[in-house]
Amino acid sequence: MAETLVKGIIEKKAGRTVEAGEIVVVDVDLCYLQDGTGPLTVRQVEKLGADRLVDPERVAVFIDHASPSCHKSLSNDHVTLRDFTRKTGARLYDVGDGVCHQVACEELVKPGQIVIGADSHTCMGGALGALATGMGSTDVAVIMAHGKTWLRVPETLRIHLSGSFKDWVGAKDLILHLIGQIGADGATYRALEFCGTGVTNLTMEDRLTIANMAVECGAKAGLFPSDDTTREYLKSLGREGDYSPVPSGDGPADEEMEIDLGSLEPTVSLPHTVDNTKPVGEVLGLPIQQVVVGTCTNGREGDLALLAKFLRGKKVHPNTRLLIIPASRRVYLNALKEGTMEVLIRAGAAIISPTCGPCMGVHAGILGDGERCLSTQNRNFKGRMGNPESEIYLASPAVAAATALRGCIADPREVL
Amino acid sequence: MILKGRVWKFGDDISTDLIAPGRYFHLRSNLDEFVKHVLEDANPDFAGRVKPGDFVVGGKNFGLGSSREHAPLLIKMAGVSAVVAKSVARIFFRNAINIGLPVLICDTDPLPDGALLEADLANGQLQVLPKGRRIEFSPLPDVMLRILQDGGLVDHIKKNKGFGLADQGGDVR
Repeated sequence: MAETLVKGIIEKKAGRTVEAGEIVVVDVDLCYLQDGTGPLTVRQVEKLGADRLVDPERVAVFIDHASPSCHKSLSNDHVTLRDFTRKTGARLYDVGDGVCHQVACEELVKPGQIVIGADSHTCMGGALGALATGMGSTDVAVIMAHGKTWLRVPETLRIHLSGSFKDWVGAKDLILHLIGQIGADGATYRALEFCGTGVTNLTMEDRLTIANMAVECGAKAGLFPSDDTTREYLKSLGREGDYSPVPSGDGPADEEMEIDLGSLEPTVSLPHTVDNTKPVGEVLGLPIQQVVVGTCTNGREGDLALLAKFLRGKKVHPNTRLLIIPASRRVYLNALKEGTMEVLIRAGAAIISPTCGPCMGVHAGILGDGERCLSTQNRNFKGRMGNPESEIYLASPAVAAATALRGCIADPREVL
Repeated sequence: MILKGRVWKFGDDISTDLIAPGRYFHLRSNLDEFVKHVLEDANPDFAGRVKPGDFVVGGKNFGLGSSREHAPLLIKMAGVSAVVAKSVARIFFRNAINIGLPVLICDTDPLPDGALLEADLANGQLQVLPKGRRIEFSPLPDVMLRILQDGGLVDHIKKNKGFGLADQGGDVR
């Protein structure tokens, strides 16, 4: 067994032992891009003079950020991306298919892989035991043309989890709490690795939420071991053959921390940085005009089902609006089949087709001046949702549900 | 190489949303327009008044957030000669070097807004002109230095037929 999970993955690729801090050039198993970063990536591939991709099977293009398009110039960007996939044979995921990280985890990412995406939340793939990380357009263009990238072997911040969550506390509270503890640059250039008995109490949906936000404390990756939960998840998607075990490391890490899941409280991140966290009890009663449940962070079946549990037979507060964005077509279909969507629509929610949408301020829920939004997304930077004169609060689906019902930030334990 | 220009001082945690706001997403393929809004939400005067050679000087964790390469690209297009910061977020760091924008890591507290600054990339020193403080900045990791010296990643790859790291398996021929 390697010293750390991340070293184990890199060593297998490199065919030798590696040390933290060292630069290695590695083959990349999967790379992807989206309509925000993709057009520039395509232009850089052209500048590299590559007339073909090294392996189109390993390249996926997602139209998910402004999806469907809300502006003619973005429609033209989409045309560029579709033409590119036709020309090169890269996979295309078009309008309605879902947010890149969610679809990648459902269909493409495998344990032990090295995955690079032209999107910072690519780190979500760490939930499956892959070394997945975000890079910019030019790095990804080089991977598309040549199949390789350089990496600095990261140090590891190992987080030992124990216990299980109290009622209405979950994965989002854990990762917000952690980021609040170590700060928005607390793990810069390092890998977060989660291990311990608490990991077995986390579902794959929990792990996806946690890994997704690793970048919000600067981490290169947020990694979970690939275990029975991983195998079951892949099996549920008809991908059992993609499973392989990736163990936690057994050597020393750069730093170790312990978190008892049972000690956590519902947590809210206040404007304008993700690490500005407080227990929900300290922000109760703050009026909220828009609640968003969705995005790659918290837009999965379990998130929507939890929301429906709160909203069944009730109505969203008249002073707020509730936007629901399933993270993928699969999530949307499952939520329909389970009856979740009907409950939410009857409660007054507006359902938006799978997209990044308002999370990065392009369309479908831009805030007005002075408005406050509570969202299950991953970022609350000033201007993030399209208006620097607005405020964004980050929280779990349970806090979002309580807030939607009360019209102000509320504690889910007091509402249900 | 010697860089010279005025300091534009910014604080900690300047995010890519502040540098290249999402509400201008539709301008990502029209960078000549987009550059008129660079850093607008952090300092509305910056885009209109920045001069060629000027420095963007931040605190800690500069460029945190998204992978949008447009963030360093717009800063470079505005004429900025280098980003100087106490620390830089990982993806922004790679992106800046990949498009040929130098990133100088040092204590930025002694650099006052509006001061004339000179950076000597070869000796790793900054000086406030005419006779102000001298500050050493951290050398770039070797791989990034080589990419920067070649003018960015595209030119580096073309010149070296790979990462120029053949000893580490970087040859992609």
